[in-house]
Order: sequence, then C-alpha cells, then structure tokens
Amino acid sequence: MCTMIVQKVSLEGCGKGAGGWFDMNQANVSWDHPFHAPQEHALNIDFVNADQGPSARIAVELSVESARQLVETIQAVLAEAESRGHV
Amino acid sequence: MYTTDQYEGMLAETVVIQGANGDTIDAYFARPLGAGLFPGMVLIHHMPGWDEWYREATRRFAHHGYAALSPNLYERYGHGTPEDVAAAARADGGVPDDQAVADLAAAMRYLRALPYVSAKVGVFGTCSGGRHAVLAASRVAGFDAIVDCWGGGVVMGPDQLTPQRPVAPIDYTADLNCPILGLFGEEDHSPTVDEVARHEEALQRQGKEYEFHMYPDAGHGFFYYHRPSYRQAQAVDGWEKIWTFLGRKLAV
Repeated sequence: MCTMIVQKVSLEGCGKGAGGWFDMNQANVSWDHPFHAPQEHALNIDFVNADQGPSARIAVELSVESARQLVETIQAVLAEAESRGHV
Repeated sequence: MYTTDQYEGMLAETVVIQGANGDTIDAYFARPLGAGLFPGMVLIHHMPGWDEWYREATRRFAHHGYAALSPNLYERYGHGTPEDVAAAARADGGVPDDQAVADLAAAMRYLRALPYVSAKVGVFGTCSGGRHAVLAASRVAGFDAIVDCWGGGVVMGPDQLTPQRPVAPIDYTADLNCPILGLFGEEDHSPTVDEVARHEEALQRQGKEYEFHMYPDAGHGFFYYHRPSYRQAQAVDGWEKIWTFLGRKLAV
C-alpha cells in the first residue's frame, strides 16, 4: 500500500490454496510491494474468498513483462476457444 | 555501551491493547527486565505486515533498553499468516489513517501507564509505518521522537488522497512537536529523493527539529536482511544513527 495502486474484480472460479480447493469470488490486483518476488514493486494478484478469511488466498507476484504476457495469453486462448465454438 | 559483564534479561510476549473505536488489538511487547525506568518505543509495522521482522525489531529495541510495543494495525482483517493478512489490507489500500493514528495513540498511552516506563516515548516505523509514525506524532501529543525509515506517502498529490488517507502527512508539519530522524535511500521510488527534499523543506520552513540521511546505493527497505533490498553498510550505519538519536532524545 505504499503505492495505493489496487483494483478489485469479482470473479467465479476455484483455486487451490494451502488448505486445498476453495471457491474464489474476487481477485485483488495491485502494483505494490510483493512479499516474495525480489523486486521493490510487482504486479500482484490475490485470488481470494473474502468470506473465508485472509487465508483463503492464492498469491501471484509477476514482473511487468510477465503480467502483460499473461494478459495477452489469456485473451489469445479465449479468442481461440471462441473461434472454435467452445465458448 | 553494552558490555559482556552486564546482566541482561528480557520479557517478550503478545499483549492486548484497546485501540481505535475501543477495538481490542494484539500488540507484541518486549522490555528489559528490571524496574527501569525505560524509555518507551512504539514500533509500527510495514506494509508487508505484523511479521517476524517486526518481532525481531521489537526485541532489538528491548535489547537496547527500550520498552517496545508493536501493535497489529491489521487486526481488523482477521488472523492468518502475516502475508495473507497484509494482502487483505493491501487490497483495501491500507488501513484508514484515523484508525491507525488512534491505534498508535493507544499504544503510546499503554506504555505511558506502565510503572517501569519513563516519561519519554518515541515512535519508529518503516515503509507505510514510517508514514504512520510521522502522521501519529503530528496529530497526537505524547510522542517525544520519531524515527521514519523510508516512509512513502508523506508527500501526496491531490490525486493520491482517498477517503482512507484524506490528508498528506506533510500538511500536518506545523503541528509536529518532536524531533524526527529520517533514513532514506537514493534509489527508492516511494519516497523519492524529491519527496524527501520537499518534506525536509517543510520541516525547515516550520522551524522543526529534524535529521535526515539519504543513503547512496540504497533503495526501499535497506534494513530488511531477508530481501534483495538489504544494504549491509547502510543498514549498520542507519541503526547506529537510530541509537544515537534516540539516546539523546529519549534520555531518562
């Protein structure tokens, strides 16, 4: 929160955390201090279920380039799935 | 000066204090054994949470003769690993300033009520905790010295103000009534060299007592030995400056 750059997005999905699978209902996307990645700031995504407490979290800490590649890859996969009539 | 023939004992444990809105919050407390009187120190954890580094720092202050108390500012997010709890706070853009200030004032009053704590209580914080240290000591009477280690967001533009952080700490400079030691790194992105200079100018303009040090070849968090940001020489020098500053300002 040194940067205060954060956005939340509601989502549907499941994630596997330290306690096993749980239903996720939100992703918190921030550009702020990571906990583990060796950078001062990182693109952090926390997939969470806030109703289940702070431990219901799957954490991802990405470099800028990796985050952009991930976004493009997700879009590309969805586009291909759509083009083949799967979505 | 610590010598090897000196008796040393310490008590360190979790305690509960009454923070903002009457909420009970945990705090980690470490103090030297003995009757005192010991100066008090409130330690404000950084954005990554109320974690192991802050436990160690709290005990380090006790080792140096302070009754040190580090409240869990993220208490309202529930309990879990420090990272998980801090992530929940990060998602909200941090805790509200008013709540943090009230929690820190409660920690200061807790120390002041103890029979073995002297009349002097300082405050130390790193990262967001450095900002909180400046904010708390500016808004609440009862702090006798501030140690601000790379506190980002002391200087804030209008576009950075939020309902949770409605006023930039620098705007309270006129109300500050205790000396401040600031330790910063030239490579830090928050606060930048320019932001530190603006804070220094404000302190100078208001005639406040301050001592700022800007370290070359250091960025954000250069005390954190578990992170790549650690800078050994700067950290050793920074800790020495802290003990010297507090030794003068919180002398019993």
